[in-house]
Amino acid sequence: MTEHHIRLPEGSIEKTTTTLNLGPTHPATHGVFQNILELDGERIVSAVQTVGYIHRAFEKIAERRPLYQITPLTDRLNYCSSPINNMGWHLVCEKLLRIKTPKRVDYMRVIIMELARISDHLICNSVVGVDSGAYTGFLYVMQYRELIYEIYEEICGSRLTTNMGRIGGFERNFNSNVFEKLEKFLREYPDVLKEFENLFTRNRIFMDRTIGTGGISAERALNYGFTGPNLRATGVDYDVRVHTPYSSYEDFDFAIPVGKTGDNYDRFLVRNEEMWESLKIIEQAYQKVQEFKGADAEVYHADVPEYFLPKKSDVYTKMEALIWHFKIVMGETEIPPGEVYSSVEGGNGELGFYLISDGGRAPYRLHFRRPCFIYYQAYSELTKGSMLSDAVLTMSSLNLIAGEMDA
Amino acid sequence: MDNGYIKQRLQQQFHDGVSNFEEPYGMLTFESPKDLNLKLLQFLFDDPELRFQFLTDLTAVHYPDQKGRELAVVYHLHNLVDNIRIRYKVFTDIEKPDVFTATKLYSSANWMERETYDFYGVNFVGHPNLIRILNVDEMNYFPMRKEFPLEDQTRIDKDDQMFGR
Repeated sequence: MTEHHIRLPEGSIEKTTTTLNLGPTHPATHGVFQNILELDGERIVSAVQTVGYIHRAFEKIAERRPLYQITPLTDRLNYCSSPINNMGWHLVCEKLLRIKTPKRVDYMRVIIMELARISDHLICNSVVGVDSGAYTGFLYVMQYRELIYEIYEEICGSRLTTNMGRIGGFERNFNSNVFEKLEKFLREYPDVLKEFENLFTRNRIFMDRTIGTGGISAERALNYGFTGPNLRATGVDYDVRVHTPYSSYEDFDFAIPVGKTGDNYDRFLVRNEEMWESLKIIEQAYQKVQEFKGADAEVYHADVPEYFLPKKSDVYTKMEALIWHFKIVMGETEIPPGEVYSSVEGGNGELGFYLISDGGRAPYRLHFRRPCFIYYQAYSELTKGSMLSDAVLTMSSLNLIAGEMDA
Repeated sequence: MDNGYIKQRLQQQFHDGVSNFEEPYGMLTFESPKDLNLKLLQFLFDDPELRFQFLTDLTAVHYPDQKGRELAVVYHLHNLVDNIRIRYKVFTDIEKPDVFTATKLYSSANWMERETYDFYGVNFVGHPNLIRILNVDEMNYFPMRKEFPLEDQTRIDKDDQMFGR
């Protein structure tokens, strides 16, 4: 048949490509952002990303808030690993205020941050599995993310948006349930992770789906500002925990896993390997925490009355504690002027905080360096010429979190 | 390589073009006139010793009281080989906030500059696609500027019987 079913108007050029909206609310995007794909059959000709659907103006809001009220804002950046954001925020405040935290606090923070990293990588990797058609891994590992959330709950009372810790330390000491659950996690999780790897790493279907798709060279990745596992998958061993140690990371013995090709498979492997390293760090940190005995084991914050809320029993009985309590809660503490950048290794890259204080009670300017906002730019380059189904997989293996992208 | 050496190299190359050297919390911070920014970034990128080839962060700050230099564009650069970070600022007039784009040098600058334009209205000259990124396209102001304050929490003109103010 030579004639068209649909007659085009005289002189018009027939469009040979198809436009497809992937998102903003599509099961494959795992978050609220949109990809406008131009498809030639099933091949992607171009991809245009749209972000900003859940922009909440955190940087603006932060300009009116005392430091401690900004912690809940950071929860909502990368909500798969919010304790890392909380700790990162406390670290930048402590750097600005020149607060030295006790070693025990550092180690406790390391435990929490590594748990958060495991839960972040766990969800990312298992979702890569889901997008390639393997649901089993996702369902299987979720109970251990649940266990991690239970540990958060014991510490701070919430699970997803944790608002954990205070400037100078933690709001309270870890109770025995935390350590029991942590021990359970350390005992059982290695088997689970091994099983998870058995399901995927040498799985023929999974390998065929991921090897060679969504790859990027180290040079391009650096130029695109990649950080975290996505950069390490290309072979660059840049890790903030090692390069600019914070929270006593220099006391721990761990390796930086790197990949080679920077494709979806390497990103998957790097994340898996990082979970093993995180387990090693948690074990070491747990041991170090256990070594504190007697009064040292009761230390859970630095001595900073200007920023750390006093005990409630003191507030009701001591004048000074009452004054500090009110000054902190009402946000009437003046922050010393200064300009500081500090970063932590978040679940998906270098999470930076650029904080300027002019001596007022709230930051003059606060900027979040959100890793996935920066590396998501590369998406159109990563997917050009690939199949639609590979683009979906690339998106999930980049570990894009809408809350972090839009801030 | 330390901050002193970087400072010396920059002064050799740009003489009076670089100024206001500071080291707040250990990070070398300096500024230059805005028309020098590309030359300076290129020099930091290409120099075989300095090798500041990773753009960590790009953002802006608004100082409404500094006449003629209200907007500061702040670059955080990182030399990943020697693991040194520096902070570089250019100041611009808010009436004509034109700054050359760094997208040719860093692909990552693309969205960061769009974000900076979106919130502060810095016009990055030569940017391939300078449109709003996080805010709605119809917005006709730049919300992070200081002339748009958040609601004053101590205001008393609101009469709220239920919760009080």
